[in-house]
Amino acid sequence: MNKLKPTHRFQKDISNCGLTGFISKSGKLVGGEVIIKSIALMHDRGNGLGGGFAAYGIYPEYKDFYAFHMMYENDMALQLTEEYLDSNFHIEQQEDIPTRRTKAIATPPVFKRYFIKPLQTDKYKEAIQFQNMTDDDVVVGHVMRINNEIEGAFVVSSGKNMGAFKGVGYPEEIADFFRLEEYTGYIWTAHNRFPTNTPGWWGGAHPFTLLDWSIVHNGEISSYGINKRYLEMYGYLCTMLTDTEVVAYMLDLLIRKHGLPPHLASLALASPFWDMIDSLPEDERQLLTAIRQVYGSALLNGPFAILFASNKGLIGLNDRVKLRPLVCASKDDFVYMASEEAAIREICPAPDKVWAPRGGQPVIVEMDKGVA
Amino acid sequence: MRIDAKGVYYRDLNKKIREVVAAGADKIELDNVNGQYFIGDGINKPVTITINGVPGNDLGAFMNGATIIVKDNGQDNIGNTMNAGKVVVHGHAGDVLGYGMRGGRLHIRKDVGYRVGIHMKSYLENKPVLIAGGKAGDFFGEYMAGGVLILLGMYSDDTEKPKHGFLLGTGMHGGVIYVRGGVDEKKLSNEVGVFSPTNEDEAELKGYLTEYCKDFKLDIKEVMKEKFVKIVPKSSCPYGDMYTPMPR
Repeated sequence: MNKLKPTHRFQKDISNCGLTGFISKSGKLVGGEVIIKSIALMHDRGNGLGGGFAAYGIYPEYKDFYAFHMMYENDMALQLTEEYLDSNFHIEQQEDIPTRRTKAIATPPVFKRYFIKPLQTDKYKEAIQFQNMTDDDVVVGHVMRINNEIEGAFVVSSGKNMGAFKGVGYPEEIADFFRLEEYTGYIWTAHNRFPTNTPGWWGGAHPFTLLDWSIVHNGEISSYGINKRYLEMYGYLCTMLTDTEVVAYMLDLLIRKHGLPPHLASLALASPFWDMIDSLPEDERQLLTAIRQVYGSALLNGPFAILFASNKGLIGLNDRVKLRPLVCASKDDFVYMASEEAAIREICPAPDKVWAPRGGQPVIVEMDKGVA
Repeated sequence: MRIDAKGVYYRDLNKKIREVVAAGADKIELDNVNGQYFIGDGINKPVTITINGVPGNDLGAFMNGATIIVKDNGQDNIGNTMNAGKVVVHGHAGDVLGYGMRGGRLHIRKDVGYRVGIHMKSYLENKPVLIAGGKAGDFFGEYMAGGVLILLGMYSDDTEKPKHGFLLGTGMHGGVIYVRGGVDEKKLSNEVGVFSPTNEDEAELKGYLTEYCKDFKLDIKEVMKEKFVKIVPKSSCPYGDMYTPMPR
């Protein structure tokens, strides 16, 4: 199961992308056509080499199972992955991800989804009982193995009650291909890609995911090398040839594994400058100094605007000097975040409030208690 | 002349606008605009374009003598390399406004984003003026080389937000910034100094603000009630010594 070396060895990606997303804090289910309308307004921010969506709340009937969205580039990949899943997971349900044959999408890979739980294998018992691991940790390990060891197989998403849909095309074409209007969710994010440094391939489209984390990103992470090596120490392997991947794994490490609250994790990714830290009141100064010292290798350098979502909520974050656009708006229990205000106004013509968040200051929106 | 822009692709909309302008229209009203890029770009006739909705990025870029009135909010890069004319925005606007602007007026009623007035410049009678009625993000007047930037801090939707961001005037080496009610000196760049306006400055400032107040039906007396500070660069070549000492 040794993976062939990719033809491209670029380590990062510069992009002039568009992103948009929204959340209903009370868990109102919204059809896919809404997010499609929003991202399609920013059609010209991409170049047709990548579009994608993340949706939360779409699989309530399987909400206790990890929903694996798989992409296969060849039959062998499918066969090997299914054997792998079979020996490590209880598979409650498996099926093709419904797609629509369209002219816009030339040669799509094969997409399948599996609703699964780890099997009580000896290895699993060992991990849980003696290695202090959780089901999530076990699943992360399997995701890394499939991505890294099965040539032509990629886990597009692996969270519960959520899924990512992405590929090569404009986002509205990808949405059409995946029949997204047939899904309803309470958080949606979308991305329109303009890759300039790495191949526009199906796995390289956003969002990037791990468990129920999903990231869409506009910008360039120039610290990719440092971030990647740091993550490798914790068992995260970057296989998607694109910088954004590190953000997904970094958040999993900082928030899920190290237990940082989202606002502190955000401050690790987009830490204030030292002179600003030094001018803060003593307790804050100590806290931020510790974060910068401990998580220096988690700092994201370079311009970015990102949206990251999980079943718990939606977070928008800019780099410290705001080198990429990000606008937010709220209306009733909905919060919207996008590269352009017009993308929000397209689906929410009269928001209660519209604002531009400060660079490095996360906009954190959590689901109401007891929802989702 | 009214044009319904609902769902019209930006190229088609701008082609239509240029045709109408070429045919001699002096007033155009665009309805249901949402996100169309490049409106009014390069137009060199004294036409007035009223926009109902949120226009897309690079509004009024390279514009040379037209007037654009936006009845809603604006986005990023308004007045990019604008030569003459005026853009009036009744709501807030985004980042990088007046980039390399070399003449004309940019009047924003509410808040503005990051890097506003970046590399504005002036030459002889060409002197751009950018006025923001609300609050500003970081790098206000970044690399400014000429022209006038005015920040009022009066008409913002966000009462918590500070009047201006960090590194005001960073890399500034020409032109002047006026801020109503003073600045937070900790948040200035090293390249600028703060002064009191002279009587001539006051007269010039009042002239600009009178026009601004007329556009938004505001009371000039109210605006002039507080003192302004004047911010100018300490050097016309702030980074001259960065790599090699310059001969004096």
